[in-house]
Amino acid sequence: MTDTLVLLDHAADGTLRTPVRELVTLARSLGGSVQGVWALGAPDGTGAPDGPSDATLAELGALGLSRVHRVRADADLHLSAALAEVLAALLDSTGAGLLLATSTFENKEVAARLAVATGAGVVTDADALAVEDGRLVAGKTVFAGTWTTRCAVTAPLAVVTVKANSVVVQTADDGGTPDVVDHDVAVSAAARRVTLVERTERPASGRPDLGSAHVVVAGGRGTEGDFSLVEELADVLGGAVGATRVATDEGWIGHDAQIGQTGVTISPRLYIGAGISGAVHHRGGMQASGTIVAINSDPDAPIFEIADFGIVGDLTTVLPQASAELRRLKG
Amino acid sequence: MCVKHVPDIQSDRALGADGRVVRDGGDGTLNELDENALEAALVLAEEAGGEVVALTVGPDDAVDAVRKGLAMGADDAVHVVDDAIAGSDAIGTARVLAAAVRHLSQERPVDLVVTGMAGLDGLTSLLPTALAALLDVPALPLAAEVTVADGTVRVRRELDQATEVLEATLPAVVSVTDQTNEPRYPNFKGIMAARKKPVTTLTLADLGLAATDVGAAGARTQVVEAAPRPTREDRVLINDTGDAGIRLAAYLVDNQLA
Ligand SMILES: Cc1cc2nc3c(=O)[nH]c(=O)nc-3n(C[C@H](O)[C@H](O)[C@H](O)COP(=O)(O)OP(=O)(O)OC[C@H]3O[C@@H](n4cnc5c(N)ncnc54)[C@H](O)[C@@H]3O)c2cc1C
Ligand SMILES: Nc1ncnc2c1ncn2[C@@H]1O[C@H](COP(=O)(O)O)[C@@H](O)[C@H]1O
Repeated sequence: MTDTLVLLDHAADGTLRTPVRELVTLARSLGGSVQGVWALGAPDGTGAPDGPSDATLAELGALGLSRVHRVRADADLHLSAALAEVLAALLDSTGAGLLLATSTFENKEVAARLAVATGAGVVTDADALAVEDGRLVAGKTVFAGTWTTRCAVTAPLAVVTVKANSVVVQTADDGGTPDVVDHDVAVSAAARRVTLVERTERPASGRPDLGSAHVVVAGGRGTEGDFSLVEELADVLGGAVGATRVATDEGWIGHDAQIGQTGVTISPRLYIGAGISGAVHHRGGMQASGTIVAINSDPDAPIFEIADFGIVGDLTTVLPQASAELRRLKG
Repeated sequence: MCVKHVPDIQSDRALGADGRVVRDGGDGTLNELDENALEAALVLAEEAGGEVVALTVGPDDAVDAVRKGLAMGADDAVHVVDDAIAGSDAIGTARVLAAAVRHLSQERPVDLVVTGMAGLDGLTSLLPTALAALLDVPALPLAAEVTVADGTVRVRRELDQATEVLEATLPAVVSVTDQTNEPRYPNFKGIMAARKKPVTTLTLADLGLAATDVGAAGARTQVVEAAPRPTREDRVLINDTGDAGIRLAAYLVDNQLA
């Protein structure tokens, strides 16, 4: 039984990030109490809603969260050093044995700092978590999704970042409304040595977030710059749009759409890649996907080695035909 | 600047029964992303004056990584090697690197530590931030752009949901992404010169670290099981004869994916 603190990642407008719901579900399965941390970004709260909204609170409660620690600090909590300090103090005061956070670059920075500050054992990009013989054991794939490992935390305190789409969200039988405890925190001078000169959140695209979408349709060089057919299929499937580095480097689509070892790591239920050769750097970011579909005109393209459903064909005919047929089938 | 010697990502990579990366020689290489770190360090040193030291922690053949650094133009190379380091987790490696940076700064001030964004082997990306925390200096990770002026380092970074500009006073740790620059190729002259440059080898004792601080002994996580992922079964490959889009739609619907 492990009491858990869950980092409640949210957008500047107070919208909860989708994978946080998975974290709460996962934390509950460990048998201990589940509390959350809601970090208010800028110290002066410039225009941002205080959050979490009543609706978000109710949702978190239904998932089994019992308490929300809402923290405002005298530094911007988007700074990993400041947030890590706040979390270290909360881990201490709540006695929780585990901090769970979604696997984002920022959260991994926080995890690294907590490891140094508290002696915690850290596992990043976990896809499963269980208590076995009193130890936390996390599942994780390595080497571009080609190996699965299980990693035990041997320290008394654990910090685990979890990949999106690892857990099926389930509400608790005994959900309620969490209480909210406010904290006003002064962080150390050391934690304020980095200045956040500027932070611009990307506007919501109207499509699900690439990192946590259940369905991703991705395009590569084979699109020759026209992403409209990829976007059309993504929209029919309610999915996100992704790309290879070739496509983002060419400026055909934003850099934030890049899937791969130096881009976003995804593991959606369904990945469809069109005009993508399947270079190892790209595979490293998507090989853990549930079902992989590839459309490529070259029968020898390496992506076919890992595709559940491969189509040797021209994406300019296959994609629109699939979109039209799906629309027809769905009525 | 820190570089890492990793198994070539184009080769078959494996984990041994002990949960460690199998490094049976031959197919090791400089972590590709660390070429970006070297390039960034070289450019900053050219602009601001100063020297670049290539630093690596790893087994005997990791020396190749710093040699590549020398060939690209680094002034000095340091290789920390010690049997006790084997099995370190990211934090253990960070401890060794932090001790090495402290050691180096006794001879000359270290203004900036530049690392790659991640090791393409484990891809934990924990190291740069942990290293900064251990050195008690600011961390500015994942720089897509980095500039140094008047003792201040400034980076622009692209995160999953946002773009940030961070600034801090030196000394600091910066990690750079592959967007930062285009790494130079070592030329013949560089390669020849690198052969002549000595590589300083340090052990844990030189750094004043105990074997229990690092390696498997100091690790707080332990791989208890590792297996290659089973290959995907029931794979289908079709040639488009005019109806592949329709067949794809049917496949998605049949498998409850649409
Ligand atoms: C350090 C480093 C990091 C990198 N990180 C990443 C990363 O994170 N993500 C990433 O994606 N890449 C990354 N790369 C680049 C990677 O190595 C590949 O170059 C890239 O993934 C290839 O993109 P692509 O598949 O779009 O292009 P290509 O490899 O050129 O493949 C295009 C494919 O499209 C097919 N095609 C062409 N026309 C059609 C058509 N009409 N219909 C159907 N198919 C068609 C072709 O047969 C071909 O297979 C990285 C590289 C390095 C060195
Ligand atoms: N053993 C090592 N020796 C030197 N540098 C390292 C080592 N391990 C990691 N690094 C540096 O830290 C970065 C991030 O690595 P990682 O945290 O392992 O993903 C790499 O790009 C390297 O610059």
